[in-house]
Amino acid sequence: MRPCNLTDGMISPDGVLGGNPLFYWIYGLAANVVPCWLAYVIAGGVIMLILINAVLLGAAIVSWGERRLLGRFQNRVGPNRWGPFGALQPIADLAKLITKEDIIPYGADRLAFTAVPVIMVSSLLLATAVIPFAKDVALVDLNVGVLFVLAVSSLTSIAIFTAGWASNNRYALFGAGRAVAVLISYEVPVVLSLLGVVIVAGSMSLGDIVVAQAVPFFLVQPLAFFVFLAGMSAELNRTPFDVAEAESEIIAGYHTEYSGIKFALIQAAEFGGALFVSGLIATLFLAGWAGPVADWLGWLWFLIKTFIGIFLFVWIRSTFPRLRLDQIMAVCWKFLMPLSFINLAAVVLEVYFLRDANGVLTTADLWIMAAINLVLAVVSITFFGNLIKEKVRSGSGGARSANPVTSGLPTTGTM
Amino acid sequence: MQLALFIIVAIFTIGGALGVVATRNVVHAALFLLLSLLGAAGAYLLLFAEFLALVQVLIYGGAVTIVVLFAVMLTRSSEYPRITDNRQWPLGLITALVLSSVLGAAFWLTPADADAERKAPVFTDLASSLFTKWALPFEIASLVLLVALIGAIIIARQQNVVVTDDTSPEGED
Repeated sequence: MRPCNLTDGMISPDGVLGGNPLFYWIYGLAANVVPCWLAYVIAGGVIMLILINAVLLGAAIVSWGERRLLGRFQNRVGPNRWGPFGALQPIADLAKLITKEDIIPYGADRLAFTAVPVIMVSSLLLATAVIPFAKDVALVDLNVGVLFVLAVSSLTSIAIFTAGWASNNRYALFGAGRAVAVLISYEVPVVLSLLGVVIVAGSMSLGDIVVAQAVPFFLVQPLAFFVFLAGMSAELNRTPFDVAEAESEIIAGYHTEYSGIKFALIQAAEFGGALFVSGLIATLFLAGWAGPVADWLGWLWFLIKTFIGIFLFVWIRSTFPRLRLDQIMAVCWKFLMPLSFINLAAVVLEVYFLRDANGVLTTADLWIMAAINLVLAVVSITFFGNLIKEKVRSGSGGARSANPVTSGLPTTGTM
Repeated sequence: MQLALFIIVAIFTIGGALGVVATRNVVHAALFLLLSLLGAAGAYLLLFAEFLALVQVLIYGGAVTIVVLFAVMLTRSSEYPRITDNRQWPLGLITALVLSSVLGAAFWLTPADADAERKAPVFTDLASSLFTKWALPFEIASLVLLVALIGAIIIARQQNVVVTDDTSPEGED
């Protein structure tokens, strides 16, 4: 058998699986036994399997860690019975959920109802493919990685909407309507804040963005970090932006009717989403795998930074009360949006004036940007924060609250 | 292998498009539309246009489908989810025929370079040509969108006043 060339039978050799040493190793092993195309499929499949299991296992650990942390924050114990510190609790949860009856409500759209958990988990897994876990260790280092993350995670919102519509349940439909309304509001500021990151890094590849962070971007662009954190809380449906599944108002929102393994998948997608977004924040703003000591320790720095992100989310969740739907929209459109515009304008001007003839920014340039933007962030957050606070107090925000967007939803009829 | 993938993508695209017109359920039609648009993104991906494919997913798959679904919900069509008759179908047929003949003519009459090098376009090139060579059309397109946006706001605000005047008790439970 002739030796395999890596370009044999592949669709796009460059970029896809290119820099992954593990892929080359498995590919080389498999190519000795089976034809080249099959070796390619096997090597890719093995790597994907590793990634999928890592993400789902990580989601289980996050679900335990979040409940423990929430317990600490709320001065109670949290799950502590099974395993050391209750760490085996997710396995017990899973066993319980798998053995429970899997109900599809009467009148539900069976196909759409069943497809939703699958779409949610698969879009999460797809999105994790571009995260660089360590130096050169990403499933794919796409040159449009940031766009890929945005595009794939936008599919989750459609899944949420479909869940609400297919359940044939009023509460689920309310949750879906709220989710879509929130989505439309937070997506613009989030994309604008990412644009600042992309401009400074000069690339949309997540690997290049990590390399470009001689100074972590949460210092260089504190405003973008703030807006991104807030927007991602909304994307993950976490308090203070969790109107889509507000337990005290609409039962469980869009996943009211889900039970058994479908509910387990939705929960996995939710906790996995928290893990993924924390990894994304670590990559985009906390310099990813870059850290002191050595490059091969990159996975450790990445893990630590991801845990910082998760801790931030749990902290925010346990500290702030839930916002009303109209308040979320006001925050997104009147507070986060101007902040992201200010950040974008400041970053563009700074990059234009600071870069040298080759368009390269030095570390010193990044520190100068950090100093300017930090002051700008404090001033503009204070200014717009006071502005929106006055609007809410003077009642211009409250006048519309009697008629929020969801009141346009059908309250009578066959649905 | 590429041909096989293209056939799969084409089945998704055309099947989704047929589903949009064949189904009698508005929400199903929107979901089929999503399938069709994602299929088109797959076709772009097979042409190594990653950027275009992802923009397709982001704009059409994410934003446009969401807006369509949102509009379907807000217009209360969920109370009558099944359309049984549409009297405008001859008009739709004419539009579809004209559009497909124009697109087909454009496709056949454009000289295609089959041996063109297949590689992902660098998006810095895309950006520089968009903001230098094609700056004027780009600005005109943005202006059109801005006008549409302002128009939509004006129409929405007028209707909002009417609704709160006439049927205000209904939505405030």
